[in-house]
Amino acid sequence: MRVYVCVKQVPDTSGKVAVNEDGTLNRASMLTIINPDDLSAMEAALALKDVTGCQVTAVTMGPPPAKKMLQELIAMGADDAVLISGREFGGSDTYATSQIIAGALQHLGVGAEDVIFCGRQAIDGDTAQVGPQISEHLGIPVISYAEELKIEGESVVVHRQYEDRYHVVKAKMPCLITALAELNEPRYMTPGGIFDAYDAEIVTYSRAELIDVADEDLGLKGSPTKIAKASDKVRKGSGETVNLDPDASVAYIFGKLTEKHVI
Amino acid sequence: MSQTVNVEDYKGVFVFAQQTDNRINGVALELLGKARELAKDLDTDVTAVLVGSDVKGLANKLAAYGADKIIVVDDRELKEYKTEPYTHALASVIDEFKPEIVLVGATAIGRDLGPTVSARVKTGLTADCTQLDIGDFPLAALKGREQKHNQLLMTRPAFGGNTIATIACPDNRPQMATVRPGVMQKIEKIADPKAEIIEFDPGFEKNDKYVEILNIVKSVSDTVDIMDAKILVSGGRGVGGPENFHLLEELAAALGAEVSCSRAVVDAGWKPKDLQVGQTGKTVRPNVYFAVGISGAIQHVAGMEEADIIIAINKDETAPIFDVADYGIVGDYSKIVPMLTEKLKIAAAAEA
Repeated sequence: MRVYVCVKQVPDTSGKVAVNEDGTLNRASMLTIINPDDLSAMEAALALKDVTGCQVTAVTMGPPPAKKMLQELIAMGADDAVLISGREFGGSDTYATSQIIAGALQHLGVGAEDVIFCGRQAIDGDTAQVGPQISEHLGIPVISYAEELKIEGESVVVHRQYEDRYHVVKAKMPCLITALAELNEPRYMTPGGIFDAYDAEIVTYSRAELIDVADEDLGLKGSPTKIAKASDKVRKGSGETVNLDPDASVAYIFGKLTEKHVI
Repeated sequence: MSQTVNVEDYKGVFVFAQQTDNRINGVALELLGKARELAKDLDTDVTAVLVGSDVKGLANKLAAYGADKIIVVDDRELKEYKTEPYTHALASVIDEFKPEIVLVGATAIGRDLGPTVSARVKTGLTADCTQLDIGDFPLAALKGREQKHNQLLMTRPAFGGNTIATIACPDNRPQMATVRPGVMQKIEKIADPKAEIIEFDPGFEKNDKYVEILNIVKSVSDTVDIMDAKILVSGGRGVGGPENFHLLEELAAALGAEVSCSRAVVDAGWKPKDLQVGQTGKTVRPNVYFAVGISGAIQHVAGMEEADIIIAINKDETAPIFDVADYGIVGDYSKIVPMLTEKLKIAAAAEA
């Protein structure tokens, strides 16, 4: 059994966000973090390793600096890591990205007892599309939104979350699972792990390593969706703000509710 | 990627009519409303794709909310949502009927089904759209570059709501989008609807991609859906603790409102997740939204800024919630809210 974890380095959108003059995000000035849901995916893989001793491999697509994130994942407990990097991958939408990652996973070899974990979604795009699309390209089952998980023989049993229920779903390996934050509490890096991470070899895959992917499926030209326009969010703007004592505040709100025929 | 050979062959606006337990999901009706606008711009019609087991009886409701045609895929394999048979059903409908647009609700089902279907039929998918229009791509005519007309322009927030992007899918068909529940408006119910019903059976053969559902556990919840509320009293971290929420509940009771909350409140375990408003919670558009002790992180604002009237109460006059509030009150909610509740009660008693 080998477990693959697909991870993404993302700008930290929860803090102060820097925006360029043209309205696009100034990524260079922002901190990068490991996408939070992907940490849950990594923890799920490491929990399986704790029990079975299986090999855990982290896989990411990104520019060379993403290697640093892969080292952190090795420090958490991953055995090895693959960086998929190349200029021809730039501008990929979720369709092209999932083709590229699926191509790399095919090169690594997805065996009959293997499991692939992804985070549910990344905080920069929030699409939740790449995981299920990878499964489709690989022709394996997908269980999205996992909030609980265990291995039973050759199957994975997952609590699959919906709005008002969960399904207990059993899938045969190999399969792909997308992890929710609810699935677990990601562990920290260990001192020994940090030490190991310095020596660990991080393999870089380029176009040549991808299996079953056509040149026309890569990057911008491999992306069916095209950006027509990107801009800073236009807010409706603030109304009026008052700073009054409690009595006057209540009278103010009451007045507005009356004026607007709410009451 | 390889482009769709004949884009012109693809006609009509299709809506995936999500049902669970043989009940149509509200977002399907909302999408039918939007589909009618798009179909009018394109001079075409609206088709609902109804997938399930023993679901034909739901067709009339889809017609009443704007479907001109209903394609029914009915099979025992489709009783509960499972990715593979549902993907096979919707992808087969697309291959057979060739729609130019397919809309899917961005629900826990749609955000799984949309990606697998789009990958299978080899087209693009834009997630969590908040606006859909028909227009030109590129938006402006550029010298030496073909400008395509009658394209679906899909607008969505990105980077946690910090930017918005408009996306097109010019060379592949269908153009697919998922849309968050609560964003589009359903039409007034048509009294005596007429729609053509087409039964379609793509055949279901089990393979390795079929999963087995061992059990279904429905959450027992007596809370109402905050997305249906006309007035919401929403609390954030600034409320101070779960023991203080009764102040908000009492105000809600006096207004005939419901209580909702921010992510911080859910993360702290003060309130359940189904009350959460925001990017990772629900999108609400009530008539009045009270933001009490909510700082107004952009992820929260993304879920409530469409409210007609936003009233914010916060101690911190620099809180970003005041940037979106129609009426901002700098002050201590724990004094203001109970006094307001009292005043509302007295006013109601005087009227009765």
